[in-house]
Amino acid sequence: MTSPRFAPGTFAPAPGRGSIARMLFTHARAETTLTLRHGEQILLTLLIPLALLVGLTLLDVLPMGDLLAADGTTVAKIDWVTPRILALAVMSSAFTGQAISLGFDRRYGVFKRLAATALPRWTLVTGRIVAALVVVVAQVVVLGGVAALLGWQPELSGVLMAVLLLVVGTVCFGALGVLLGGALRAEIVLALANIVWFMLLLAGGILLAPAALPDALAVVVRLLPSGALAEGLRAALVDGATAWTELGVLAAWGVAAGALATRTTKLS
Amino acid sequence: MSESPQRADGDSRAPALDLAGLTKRFGATTAVNGIDLHMPRGQLLALLGPNGAGKTTTIELCEGFLRPDAGTVRVLGLDPIASGAALRPLIGVMPQGGGAYPGIGCAEMLRLVASCGANPLDVDWLLDILGLGACGRTPFKRLSGGQQQRLSLACAIVNRPELVFLDEPTAGMDPQARRLVWELLAALRADGVSVLLTTHLMEEAETLADHVVIIDNGDIVASGSPTALTSGDPENTQMRFRARAGLDTDLLAAALPEGYGVRETSPGSYRVDGSVDPQVISAVTAWCAQQGVLAEQLQVGKRDLEDVFLELTGRELRT
Repeated sequence: MTSPRFAPGTFAPAPGRGSIARMLFTHARAETTLTLRHGEQILLTLLIPLALLVGLTLLDVLPMGDLLAADGTTVAKIDWVTPRILALAVMSSAFTGQAISLGFDRRYGVFKRLAATALPRWTLVTGRIVAALVVVVAQVVVLGGVAALLGWQPELSGVLMAVLLLVVGTVCFGALGVLLGGALRAEIVLALANIVWFMLLLAGGILLAPAALPDALAVVVRLLPSGALAEGLRAALVDGATAWTELGVLAAWGVAAGALATRTTKLS
Repeated sequence: MSESPQRADGDSRAPALDLAGLTKRFGATTAVNGIDLHMPRGQLLALLGPNGAGKTTTIELCEGFLRPDAGTVRVLGLDPIASGAALRPLIGVMPQGGGAYPGIGCAEMLRLVASCGANPLDVDWLLDILGLGACGRTPFKRLSGGQQQRLSLACAIVNRPELVFLDEPTAGMDPQARRLVWELLAALRADGVSVLLTTHLMEEAETLADHVVIIDNGDIVASGSPTALTSGDPENTQMRFRARAGLDTDLLAAALPEGYGVRETSPGSYRVDGSVDPQVISAVTAWCAQQGVLAEQLQVGKRDLEDVFLELTGRELRT
C-alpha cells in the first residue's frame, strides 16, 4: 500500500523514556485540573467544608465545652472551628476524592493506559499525591480566606507546625485513599469512601473534639488519622504548640496504608 | 531462566515476540492453553479468533498486565513482568475501549501520554492526521466511539515505539476512518514498527498482515501468511453465485461429477466446493437454466480468510 499521507520514516522507532520531572509535572497537572473541573469533587472538597465553616461559626450547634486555650483564655469560635475544617478539607480531597477518582480511573482503563507508558509505577501514585497537595493548597487559601473574613486569628507561632501537619496529613490520607480506591470495584469505593468520610466527620474527632468525648473513646479518636490531624492543627493554630505525637500518628497511618496499598492496588 | 545482559533499549536481535508454552487460567477456565508464538521484528501479525478465544488475554500477557501460570513470554527479548520498566518505553499499547479520563480533553490526554516518551511525534500533527484536530478540547466522554478509538490509537503510537499492541483498533469505526487506520498501520509496518493486532475483520487481516494466527478456546488452530492459509489444497477452489433462494442443492450436486459439494451459505447465495473447471461451471449454469433461474454474480476463486476462520472455529454463535 503506498501512503501519500505518511512520509516514509515518519514512524521509524525512536523509543525512550521522557524526563521524570516532566512526566510527573504533566501527570500531576492533569490530575489537578480534572479534580478542579469536576463538580462533585468541588462540592466535596470546597462547598461542604465552606458551609460547615460558616454554619458552625455563626450557629450554636456544637458542644462549647473546650472553647478554652491551653493557657486558660477563651477561644473565639472561628479560631476553634477553622483548624477542624482544614482537617476535614484534607480528608475530603486526599482521601474520599482520591479514592473515588482512582476507583473510576481503574474502571475506565486510565490507570492501565498510564501503567502501559514509560511512566514508572511510583510516579503514578506520586503524581496523584502532588495533585492532592495542590488541591489542599487551594482549599487552605479559600477556607483560610473566608475564615479570616469571619475573624479567624491563627496563632502565628504554630503556622509552620500546621503546614507540616497538612503536608503529612495529605500524604497519609492520600495513601489511605489509594488503598481503598485501588483495591475494590468503583461502586463499592464510592459507597465506602463516603461512609468513612461521614463517620470520621461525626465520630472521628473532626466535629466533636476528643475533649468532648468519654475518656476511653477519646483515646481511640486521638489515634485515628482524622482525630490526629484535627487535634494537631488545633494545638498548632490555637495554642501555637508543637504536635509531634499527632504527626507521628499520621505518619504511621500513612506508612502502613502505603505499604499495604503497594500489594493490593490493581490496575483495573 | 537466567536473564542475559540486555541493553536499555532491548536486545535489537531478539524477535518482537517469543511465546513458549504460554498458559493462563482464570479459576476453572483456561483462557490461554500453552501457546507457542514467534513473531520476527518488523512484521504485522493479526490475531484472529471468536469472542472469548483468548486474544486479549494473550496481548495482556505480552504487555505484562497478566502473569502467566506457565510458560515464558519474551517481548523484544525482555520478560514483560521482571523487566517491565525497561520494556514499557519500547512498546505502545491500545487497550480495548476506554483508556482515558472521562473528563480530559482529547489533546490533553495525548499530551499526557506524549510526555512519557523521549521522542514523541508532534501531537497536533497526529491529532490532525487522525481527524481529531477539531476535538482538541472535547472531553473524552463526549467523543464518538470511533473518535475515542482513534485517540487511543494515537496514544499507542505517539512515542514512536518498536512494537505496538492494538486490541481491535478499528472496532466501532466508520469505513473512512477504518481505511485511514489501515493506511496508518501499513505506514507503521513500512517504517519498521512491529505490530500485533487483534481483529474480527477478515479483510483487515487479509490486507495488512504478514502473518495470521487464529486462536480458539486458548489454542492456536492455524498460523501462516494469509496466502498460505487461504490457498490450502490446490484442488480446493470454489465457485459462488447468487440465484433465487431455496434451490435444491442436492439435485444440483447430483448434476455435477462425483466429489463436489453444494451449499446455500445464506438465502440466495450458493457455493460449489471442489476443483472448479470450465466443465463444472457450464454444468452449474446449465442446471440453473433447466430450473428456469439465472445464476448471477458468478465468481470462481480460492477460499477467503473468512471461510478458513469459520471452518476452524465453527459456525455457531459464541455467547
